[in-house]
Amino acid sequence: MPETYPRQGALDHLRLDARAVDDPGDAGVVMCARRFVGKVNLRGRPTKRFREAAGGALGFAPPVKPNTAAGAGGVSALWLGPDEWLIVTPPGREGEVIEGLRARLGGQHAAVTDVSEGRAVIGLAGPRAREVLMKGCPLDLHPRAFKAGDCAQSTLARALVIVHQTSDAPAYDVYVERSFADYLWRWLEDAATEYGLAVIRG
Amino acid sequence: MLEITCPWCGPRDETEFDYGGEAHIDRPKDPDKLTDEAWAEYLFMRKNPKGPHLERWMHACGCRRWFNVRRDTFTHEITAVYRMGEKPPGDGA
Repeated sequence: MPETYPRQGALDHLRLDARAVDDPGDAGVVMCARRFVGKVNLRGRPTKRFREAAGGALGFAPPVKPNTAAGAGGVSALWLGPDEWLIVTPPGREGEVIEGLRARLGGQHAAVTDVSEGRAVIGLAGPRAREVLMKGCPLDLHPRAFKAGDCAQSTLARALVIVHQTSDAPAYDVYVERSFADYLWRWLEDAATEYGLAVIRG
Repeated sequence: MLEITCPWCGPRDETEFDYGGEAHIDRPKDPDKLTDEAWAEYLFMRKNPKGPHLERWMHACGCRRWFNVRRDTFTHEITAVYRMGEKPPGDGA
């Protein structure tokens, strides 16, 4: 067991909890920092054998359709490439997911890597959330092109992000490299102000 | 700006891509046997057509996969996109 270390969320220094409201009211945009979301990079060619093994560990098979996500039981798999996924777990469950994947994929040409600390996750929801993203993202986010269950890697305000639409409401989870988290949060907050912004707990 | 259709991710803005130069340049099988001229030909000499050009692009901000594109260097029209290892559709460039 490696020594533990004092863990700090990428946006903790912004003291968002002090601004968090319980009821966002009629805010057009609702944002939160999701702390300590587990993230596991999974690589391997999606053969039948690989998908069965990964599916056995996760409870669902990693999606092979580009730019889509699949999930069950709080764990999701985001398509990143034809042989690459980001497995997202609730805080603290990444360890068991990694162990399960490694046990089932043993002997196969595959890689399971804990990348939980690499990216921060910003939750973005509310009736005007789509407009906020559209200000800085080249993706076609129209509901006919991008809907709940879709994910994509792109840029947002020039920062590399993974955008995952989690609900048609709409609601998005934005994964951004940790060192860009402060910048992107401030950019999003600035972009969302005109629609009325509420910060909630993650 | 170009709109490039990634073979995996579909149509995306040019800002998400990196350019990789001319496509289908094979590394010589036995470089030690080459003359300096032949090595220089492989290393430096590239086509510079005014018209259809087979070239490599990489979806740097997306799935990070290399692929091939046939683009007209004069009109910028993209007439084919195909994956690595595949042959250009039709008669090539």
